[in-house]
Amino acid sequence: MSAVIESHNHDDHHHGPAKGLTRWLYTTNHKDIGTLYLWFSFAMFLIGGAMALVIRAELFEPGMQIVEPEFYNQMLTLHGLIMVFGAVMPAFVGLANWLVPMMVGAPDMALPRMNNLSFWILPVAFFILLSSLFMEGGAPNFGWTFYAPLSTTYAPPSTTFFIFSVHIMGASSIMGSINVIVTIMNMRAPGMTLMKMPLFVWSWLITAYLLIAVMPVLAGAVTMMLMDIHFGTSFFNAAGGGDPVLFQHIFWFFGHPEVYIMILPAFGITSHIIETFSRKQLFGHTSMVWAMTSIAILSFVVWAHHMFTVGLPLAAELFFMWATMLIAVPTGVKVFNWVTTMFKGSITYETPMLFAIAFVVLFTIGGFSGLMLAITPADFQYHDTYFVVAHFHYVLVPGSIFSIMAAVYFWIPKWTGNMYDERLGKLHFWLSFVGVNVTFFPQHWIGLAGMPRRYPDYALQFADWNMVSSVGAFLFGASQILFLFIVLKTVMGGKKATPEVWEGSRGLEWTIESPAPYHTFTTPPKVN
Amino acid sequence: MLKKATTSIKNKLFVTFITLFSGITSAAWDDFNMTKGVTAISKEVFELHMLIYWICVVIGIIVFSIMFYSMFAYTKKKNPNPSTFHENTKVELAWTVVPFLILVFMAIPASNTLTKIYDDSEGDINIQVVGYQWKWQYKYLEDDINFFSNLATDWDEINNLTPKGEFYLQEVDEAVVIPVGKRVRFLITANDVLHSWWMPDFAIKQDAIPGFINTAWTVVDEPGTYRGKCTELCGKNHGFMPVVVKVVSQDEYDAWVQGKKEEALKMAELTEKSWTVDELTQRGEGVYLKNCVACHQVNGQGVPGIFPNLAGSDIVLNNKARNVEILMEGVQGAAMQSFANQLSEVDMAAVITYTREAWGNAGNGDGEIVTPQDIVEYKKPKA
Repeated sequence: MSAVIESHNHDDHHHGPAKGLTRWLYTTNHKDIGTLYLWFSFAMFLIGGAMALVIRAELFEPGMQIVEPEFYNQMLTLHGLIMVFGAVMPAFVGLANWLVPMMVGAPDMALPRMNNLSFWILPVAFFILLSSLFMEGGAPNFGWTFYAPLSTTYAPPSTTFFIFSVHIMGASSIMGSINVIVTIMNMRAPGMTLMKMPLFVWSWLITAYLLIAVMPVLAGAVTMMLMDIHFGTSFFNAAGGGDPVLFQHIFWFFGHPEVYIMILPAFGITSHIIETFSRKQLFGHTSMVWAMTSIAILSFVVWAHHMFTVGLPLAAELFFMWATMLIAVPTGVKVFNWVTTMFKGSITYETPMLFAIAFVVLFTIGGFSGLMLAITPADFQYHDTYFVVAHFHYVLVPGSIFSIMAAVYFWIPKWTGNMYDERLGKLHFWLSFVGVNVTFFPQHWIGLAGMPRRYPDYALQFADWNMVSSVGAFLFGASQILFLFIVLKTVMGGKKATPEVWEGSRGLEWTIESPAPYHTFTTPPKVN
Repeated sequence: MLKKATTSIKNKLFVTFITLFSGITSAAWDDFNMTKGVTAISKEVFELHMLIYWICVVIGIIVFSIMFYSMFAYTKKKNPNPSTFHENTKVELAWTVVPFLILVFMAIPASNTLTKIYDDSEGDINIQVVGYQWKWQYKYLEDDINFFSNLATDWDEINNLTPKGEFYLQEVDEAVVIPVGKRVRFLITANDVLHSWWMPDFAIKQDAIPGFINTAWTVVDEPGTYRGKCTELCGKNHGFMPVVVKVVSQDEYDAWVQGKKEEALKMAELTEKSWTVDELTQRGEGVYLKNCVACHQVNGQGVPGIFPNLAGSDIVLNNKARNVEILMEGVQGAAMQSFANQLSEVDMAAVITYTREAWGNAGNGDGEIVTPQDIVEYKKPKA
C-alpha cells in the first residue's frame, strides 16, 4: 500500500476510490459516506427551506393568498420533518463520519458496510415521505409532532407511508449511532483516554447513546399509530378506551432527547472552533464533558414540559418545571466556558469563528426563552404561540444550523485541500446572521402578543411583524444559495491548504495532509 | 403595495426604537408583550413573565459584555500572546452554584402561582366547553343552555375579496357570556381531535382532549369582550375557530339566560310547523354555509380524495335514509362528524333538503325532502 501508487495510479481500485457512480453506491469509506451524508442533508435543507418559504410567503399578509389551509398544514408538517430528520441529523452524522475516525486516529468507522447501508436507506425514506405530496388526500398534515388522533383517525391515507419512512429514518439513525459508539469505544489511538478525547467526539458519543435510547420509542409510537389506523386497535382513540395523551407522553419521551441530539454535536463543534481561533486551549474541558453528560441525562426527565397544558396533575407540573429549569445550570456552564476561552486569547475572526460566536450569542438567547418557557404558569400563555416558534428556531437555526455551517468552513480545507473564499464566506455569514434575526426575533413579539403557531392566517394586529419576518426568511433563504456556490467553488479549486490549515489548530485531523488521503491512520498514531 | 409594505416596516422599526429606548409604555406595547389580562391570576402570570424576562436580560448583559469585551480587547493584534490558563475550580464552582440559586429564586413565585391556578373546586357557574372541527360548543350546566360558536368572519374577507374588518378572525356568531365577579369554571373536552381553549386575558390555556375533561377557572373583574383562539393544531381550519367571551353585569347575564331559554321554546315551535321545500332550502343554505362549506365547499364538490362531492352524489340524490343517518351519526374513521347535537331538528332537516336541491341536484334524484318531523322520528328510540 504505497502512497506512490495511490496518487499516481487512479485505476487501482484497491487503493484509491472507485470511479463513477458505483464509487458512491458501494463505498465503505468513512470519508465518502461523510460526503454523501453532507450533500444529502444540504439537498434536504434546500427542500425544507423552500417549504418554509411557502409558509412565510402565505404569512406575508393577512388573508389566504397563495395556498389553501390544507396545503399549508402539509407544508409545515413536511418542513419540520425534513429539517429535523433530513437536514440537521444527517449533517451531524456526515460530520461524525468524516471527523470521528480522524480525531481518534482510526483508519475508518468500525462497521463500514453498515455505514453504507445506514446512509443509502435515507434517500429511500425521504423519497417515500416526499412522494406523499402527490398521493390522493395529500401529504401528512398534522405537524411534525403528529399528535393523535389527528394523525390516526383523521389523517390522510398517505400517513401509512409517513409511518414507513419514519421507521426507515429510525433504523438509519440507530445504525449510525451503533457505528459511532463502536468506533469510539474500540478504535481510539493508543494513549487517547476517554478524558483526552476531543469534545466533538465526546458530544457524538453522548448523542449516539441518546439516539439508541429514544429512536425505538419513536418507532413504537408510529407502530401504535399504524395499528390504530389499520388493525383496529385503540391505543390513542378515546372512543375505544385509548388515551390521546399517551401519544404525547411517548412522543416527547423521544422528542426531548431528540432536541438535544440536534444540539450536542454543535457544542462539540463550537468548542473546537472557539479554541482554535482564540489560540488558547479550551477552558474547562472536563466540565464540558460533565455538562454535556448531565444535559443528556436530564433530557430524559423533562419531556412533559412540552405538555404543560394537557391537564397534568399539579405534582407533575411542578416536577417537570423544576427539572427543566435545572438544565439551565449545565448549559450556563458551557456558555461561561466558551466566553472564558476567548478571554485573554489571541482572537482572529475567520468565517468559522464568526458562525461560532453567533452560535454562542443566539443560542444563549434561545436558552433564555427556553428558561421562560419552563416557568409553567407563564407557559400557559406562551404555549403553542409564535414565542415557542421563535424559541426553537433560535436554538435550531443559529444554533444547530450555524454550527454545521461553521464546521463546513472549518474543516472543508481538510476535506478538499482548498481554502474557501474568505470574502464570500464572511458575506454569507453576515447575510445569514441578519436574515435569521430579522426572521425570528419579531416572532417573539407576535407570539407574546397572542399569535398561535400553525396558523395559515392571522388577526390584523400581527400583520406588520409577520411581514418583517417573511422578508427576513427570504433573505436567509437566498443567502444559502451563496453557501452552495462557495462550497462548490472550494471543491473545484482555490488556495491550497496546509496540513494544519489554521494557525491555532489542535487535534489529530490537522496532522495529516490536506486534502486528507483516502485512507488515513492505517497505522494508529501515538497520543502522548 | 410594496410601498405600503416598506412604510409599515419603517413605522414599526420606529415604534420599536421609541419603545425600547425611551421606556414609553403606549398602546403599541401590546404588540410586543404578553397581555396583562383582566384577572388576578393573569396579572400574576404577567408579573412572573416580566420578572423572569428581566433576570434573563441582566444575565445576558453581564455575559455578553464580558464576551464582547474579550472580542475587542483580545484580538490577535492587541494580544499576540494568548494566556494559557484553562481551568479554575473556584470559578467553575461559582458559576454552577450561583445560577442554581437564581433558579431557586425564580422557582418559588412560579410554584406559588401555579398552585393557585390549580384550584378545581366548583364554580358559581360551570360551563362545559367542547372543541369540534372547527367550532366550539358551550353548555351551561346549571341553566341548560347549549349552543355552538362559529367563526363570524366572512370567507370573502379571508379570501381577500372584501376588506377585512376590525375583528378579522377574532369574531364569532355567538359569544360565551359570563357575569362579572363570579367564579366561572370551564370543563374542557373535545369531540374529535385535540383542540386547546385559550383566553389570554384570563391566562387560561387548556387542551381539549376527547375522552378527558380538563378544568380551568376564572373570576373576571372588568366587563368587556375578550378574544382568544384555538391553540392546538386541529386540522384544516385550526386558524379559524376563535374564542370570544363577553363579561357582563349580573343583571345583563340574567336577562341573557332568560333570552336563551325563550329562544329554545321558539325552536320547539318551529319543529312542529309544517315546512315547504322552498322554506327548508332557504334556511338550509344558511346552515350549510355555516357548518358544511369548510369541507364540502360552496359548490358542494368537496376536495377530491378527502371530502366527498355532494353534487350528484348517489346518497344525496337517492338514499334519504342513509343521507339522514350520515348527518346524525357521522362517518366512522372519516372527518365527517355527527351533527345530531350541533343542529336543531329544523336546521338538520333544512340542510339535508338544501343539499338535495342545490347544485343541479334538484330533479336528478328521488326528489324527496327531509322535514323536521323526519328527524324527530329518527331520534326516537328504535324498537
